[in-house]
Amino acid sequence: MPTAIRTERLRKVYPPPSGRRRPLGPPVLAGEGGGPPAAGEVVALDALDFEVQAGEFVGLLGPNGAGKTTTIGVLTTRIRPTAGTASVAGADVLADPVGVKQRIGVVPQRPNPDRALTALENLLFHAEYFGLDRRTAGQRARDLMQRLGLGSRGDARADQLSGGQLQRLMIARALVHEPDVLFLDEPTVGLDPQARLALWDILRDLHAHGRTIVMTTHYMEEADQLSDRVAIVDRGRLLAFDTPSALKARAPGGTAIELHLDGDAGPTLDQAGALPGILRAEAAGDVLRVFAERGGDVIPALLRVAETQGRGIRDIRLFPPSLETLFISLTGRTIE
Amino acid sequence: MTAPGFAERPRIPAGRVFLALFRRDALVAGKELPFFLLRVTLQPLLFVLVFGYLLPRMGFVQPGYTSALLPGILAISLAFASLQSVALPMVADFGWTREIEDRLLAPVPISLVAFEKVVAGVVQGVIAALVVLPIARLMMGPIAGLDIRGWGWLVGITLLAATTFSTFGLLLGTIIEPAQIGLMFGFIVAPMIFFGCAYYPWQGLDAVPVMKYAVLVNPLVYVSEGMRAAITPSLPHMPIWLVTFALLALSGLFWRLGMRTFTRRAIG
Repeated sequence: MPTAIRTERLRKVYPPPSGRRRPLGPPVLAGEGGGPPAAGEVVALDALDFEVQAGEFVGLLGPNGAGKTTTIGVLTTRIRPTAGTASVAGADVLADPVGVKQRIGVVPQRPNPDRALTALENLLFHAEYFGLDRRTAGQRARDLMQRLGLGSRGDARADQLSGGQLQRLMIARALVHEPDVLFLDEPTVGLDPQARLALWDILRDLHAHGRTIVMTTHYMEEADQLSDRVAIVDRGRLLAFDTPSALKARAPGGTAIELHLDGDAGPTLDQAGALPGILRAEAAGDVLRVFAERGGDVIPALLRVAETQGRGIRDIRLFPPSLETLFISLTGRTIE
Repeated sequence: MTAPGFAERPRIPAGRVFLALFRRDALVAGKELPFFLLRVTLQPLLFVLVFGYLLPRMGFVQPGYTSALLPGILAISLAFASLQSVALPMVADFGWTREIEDRLLAPVPISLVAFEKVVAGVVQGVIAALVVLPIARLMMGPIAGLDIRGWGWLVGITLLAATTFSTFGLLLGTIIEPAQIGLMFGFIVAPMIFFGCAYYPWQGLDAVPVMKYAVLVNPLVYVSEGMRAAITPSLPHMPIWLVTFALLALSGLFWRLGMRTFTRRAIG
């Protein structure tokens, strides 16, 4: 199967914020892979290797600031990498950005319609920017609006559309020139549940028709439900990349239980780890985290452990076996 | 270059994309035409009303003053219509709405997107001048020395002046943050107008030699003087070769600087 996207040792370091130029998203401070960053530098991508096959639906999963948007930015030619290479459908993002742009459709994190135009005009002009003649542009634009449930909204100005409609208009715009690869950056953020499910159906349909799709999300469920493969990224690095079921099988097993204590969790660690039914235990600050076969069974025992160490309980959180428990075990923190 | 499995895609001719970009700007400008005309003509025409009509009738300014004023009014209308039509949307685009991104994703180098904005700015400047000229002439009455013999010069200076201010708009539009947009008018546009030799000929500054050379940093000076050379050639004005050279040099400079900041804003 041909390769749709390939990145090698992709790295992006933002210069120290000078107050005027600011990086996209709030990346983290870290300096591995390419030597330590200078003071104030922000490493958004740290030697990312990543490959997507044609026809795949790949979910890029990670918390805010993980480097997802930067990855999409580089692959769509809108962010210049500091080092490494990236290509889309065989075209290199640095050597041939025009070739890349010709082959991609992009749905941005925040809808950015051309507000001086109507919904239909948005699609028509976008199609013309991609060299389509007006007849073909008109046909495709109307087809897409019909398919995406915008059929009656052609003459509406962008600011008259609802959030869900606007997001679908962005998808229609990204598809009107029939790109090989579709990028979506957090497409369901800010949508109500109904609009989100409708969007999922649209994406499933596009995927069923063979479109290569790369979507960033910080919703576990979304990545799990839609993707052929999920790439878990954090602090600019790829931590795991596999099918959702294979990833879930890699999770340390069982339910993750987090006890938020009113003091250092360290003293509770040994006792908690020795309890029957506990697979693994870790302490991080005030948080005691254990992985257990059956979450409900061990909670009373955990509470007693906390009590004997003189710790009060502020909060208890349960995470059933899922991509989230894998994420917690890989990064030591929750995703949202 | 193409990976197996992906259909070969012929390159889209840049000229075709340029036309689509231009048609978009033309359509949007057409939708906003009344506001555009109001924006570019109101200020110059109010000035004409006071200094070209009321004050001469009151006897506060000499009757011949309108000959110095008309080319300057044209210069202001032309220059700031071009400047604003490029700079204002761009400040919003890069600062907040990110609307221009769909055009930055068009399969052409991003410099073509910037170039199209400059061309659209030139056209809007020319339209502004075409609207203001007859109205100003009507309001001021007969103007001594008005003699548009060098049509070629008039067209040439007009296009050069519009290009200078359009590229200046590209530069300003990519360095100014939305919150500073008020400053642009207060600290850049207003001083440029008052020290742009629009309301008085450059030669008049012989009275204050320091000013005469200080104002040469102001691009509007060359536009005003160029207009004088083109439409009131018998009255004092800067040599037209100097005006041409200055406007060419400034256009080149603003384009280079503007492209640099445009690229920095467009590509992270």
